[in-house]
Amino acid sequence: MDIKETIKEQIAANPVLIYMKGSPDAPQCGFSSQATQILMACGERFAFIDILANPDIRATLPQVSEWPTFPQLFIGGELVGGSDIIAEMYQSGELQPMIKAVAVTEG
Amino acid sequence: MTSEPTIQAVIEGKLSTHLDLQHLQVINESANHNVPPGSESHFKVILVASSFDGRRLLQRHQMVNKILSEELAGAIHALAIHTYTNDEWRERHGDTPLSPPCLGGDKSQ
Repeated sequence: MDIKETIKEQIAANPVLIYMKGSPDAPQCGFSSQATQILMACGERFAFIDILANPDIRATLPQVSEWPTFPQLFIGGELVGGSDIIAEMYQSGELQPMIKAVAVTEG
Repeated sequence: MTSEPTIQAVIEGKLSTHLDLQHLQVINESANHNVPPGSESHFKVILVASSFDGRRLLQRHQMVNKILSEELAGAIHALAIHTYTNDEWRERHGDTPLSPPCLGGDKSQ
């Protein structure tokens, strides 16, 4: 499948999805680390994709999202932004309700 | 030695040209990272601009990313962006007049 289509499917299939360097347990970049710590603090499940392990996604996602840097957070199929935006929205209390609104409730 | 402008100067110049800035601070944070001394790879920019009025954070960051797209594709490895409108900045810092940012000269100049 075309890599752009793969990315679009990932974004559509995961209500809370972060493209990051490394994993939430072993982030490879301070910005990715900060972003996932905030997501974990929000208390809902989220998906992640390690762009270091997926160089084709790393090369292509910025064209799809029109966003040049990582991490990139998508909520409900929409780009929210990078780690500075995630941190500011968490501090202002905007982020948690956005995540709660789309999070898959576990049955 | 050629007198090629530093990345920091390029960032300051481009942001000043393209945004209606009231305050700009460009901080080279490269020394905090795993790069050789004197590197210009990791930056933080703090911007107060009326250009941000009525725009969401995502849109503001997109403006900055676009202005610095060339540098982000090349020299800059990491760019932290903090954007404020005049009102947001005043709310955070009160009415204290902003001091102008350092332009790189030293005391003897």
